[in-house]
Amino acid sequence: MSAVSEQQATTPTEPRKGLSPRKKQRISRSVQYAVLLVIVVVLAALADWGAIRESFLNLDVAGKGLPELFTVALRNTVIYTLSGFALGFVVGLVLALMRLSTVAPYRWISAIYIEIFRGLPILLIFLMIGSLPLAFPGFELPGGVYGSAALGLGVVSAAYMAENFRAGIQAVPKGQMEAARSLGMPHMRAMVSIVIPQAIRIVLPPLTNQLVSLLKDSSLVLMLGVTASQVELAKFGNDQSSTFANPTPILATGLTYLLITIPLGYVARRLEARQGAGR
Amino acid sequence: MSTVEIRNLHKSFGKLEVLKGIDFTVESGQVVCVIGPSGSGKSTLLRCVNLLEQPTSGTVVVDGIDLTDPDADIDAARRHIGMVFQQFNLFPHLTVRRNVTIAQERVLKRSKGECDHVARENLEKVGLIDKIAAYPPQLSGGQQQRVAIARALAMNPSLMLFDEPTSALDPELVGDVLSVMRKLAEDGMTMLVVTHEMGFAREVADRVVFMDGGVIVEDGPPEQVIADPQHERTREFLSRVLHPGV
Ligand SMILES: Nc1ncnc2c1ncn2[C@@H]1O[C@H](COP(=O)(O)OP(=O)(O)OP(=O)(O)O)[C@@H](O)[C@H]1O
Ligand SMILES: [Mg+2]
Repeated sequence: MSAVSEQQATTPTEPRKGLSPRKKQRISRSVQYAVLLVIVVVLAALADWGAIRESFLNLDVAGKGLPELFTVALRNTVIYTLSGFALGFVVGLVLALMRLSTVAPYRWISAIYIEIFRGLPILLIFLMIGSLPLAFPGFELPGGVYGSAALGLGVVSAAYMAENFRAGIQAVPKGQMEAARSLGMPHMRAMVSIVIPQAIRIVLPPLTNQLVSLLKDSSLVLMLGVTASQVELAKFGNDQSSTFANPTPILATGLTYLLITIPLGYVARRLEARQGAGR
Repeated sequence: MSTVEIRNLHKSFGKLEVLKGIDFTVESGQVVCVIGPSGSGKSTLLRCVNLLEQPTSGTVVVDGIDLTDPDADIDAARRHIGMVFQQFNLFPHLTVRRNVTIAQERVLKRSKGECDHVARENLEKVGLIDKIAAYPPQLSGGQQQRVAIARALAMNPSLMLFDEPTSALDPELVGDVLSVMRKLAEDGMTMLVVTHEMGFAREVADRVVFMDGGVIVEDGPPEQVIADPQHERTREFLSRVLHPGV
């Protein structure tokens, strides 16, 4: 409505030729629906539904993946993700504090770290971690694959979270630090008790999104060479589909990811909206 | 109680010299009000007293401790210097109780029970014991400022600094805060108050200091500085505050 009246308002002197803008809009929309309908009908007619059901919705094959899909694959994905997130959270917070330090070398170290690890693909990080024993014979990361996965996901997510935390800390009003200092709290005490708790609240939405990307990136743990009991969702789906020569497990794996990522994304948007309203 | 001695205090922000040689003292138990136009350096002066701003030169001595001495323990000194801000600066993520106990616990290392006792005592003093479980954003500005006063008092300060404590308040809420401050003055607290409340300055202050352009222009009892100012700049300022719009 308003778009139409605006159009008329901007061209008040132009004589009307042919169709009115409103009629044109209606026709254009009808055409769009018609195109969509044709595409759907053609695809439905061309598709071999029997084959599709056989390949992607094969309940027999899907059933063979249970309960390992959840008890092993999902469980490992969650372990890799959460341990990487926990490490990234702690290291990211330290990096953010270093980035804001009055000691210049701390700022440089933190800035360099952040630049490097935001600039490298996680895949490459896992390749590097996998090659550590080659570079340092006899060297072994504690925790085996689990330790390596946490390290790989942690060092990368730390770089992203450091930037989140830095922005969050800077978003806490200066008066908070001043009030805490005026009560005799040393700088670090004030940071830990007063500023950081508020900063974490501020960065909860981007942190939740960080968790979602980490969950997806945990699929790259397969680069570390995992055993059957260490397998995570993506590799599990791939292995199963080779075993049964059927892609249904890949679809099941995808649905399992979405089971977590969609609610998490929803939580992030809710948190964001709540903050927007609180301002 | 406390004494403040400020000698030849200078403070610059980059090239901007905000304090240009300030000398004054606050005797123990005195209430000194600082008045002056916006930008004259009142807040900066106050913030130099507890070293929230590092003075460029000069000395600030509180309770016999030279805070400008590089070896001085500033954190220790600040425990005895309460500060109340124009924007309250309560910790919004903590309850009123926690706002008043956290520094007692973390800084003074008091026991939980003692922290709680002191918190209740001071919240009663400012008339807000019933808000002990509330969060600051749930309180009115006047209530927040009174909690902020209780938070500072809980540290048993010997000196209280107030930076325009009522300037951010709706007019009908100013009275509650001023009456808490008046009571505090009657109890003998040493107070340094930056304010535009001339009524409060006239009734409560032992001395009024008029600042302009980074220097103290006039310093004396309120009946002199407010009622019978000696300097043209003071007269000009006072006529603007006391008869706005004229
Ligand atoms: N951190 C800072 N960095 C740079 N300039 C500053 C800083 N703090 C204060 N100033 C400047 O110093 C001058 C004095 O500021 P100050 O806040 O002390 O004035 P004031 O007398 O308290 O004014 P008001 O009545 O508006 O609060 C102003 O010009 C201000 O812009
Ligand atoms: Mg000020």
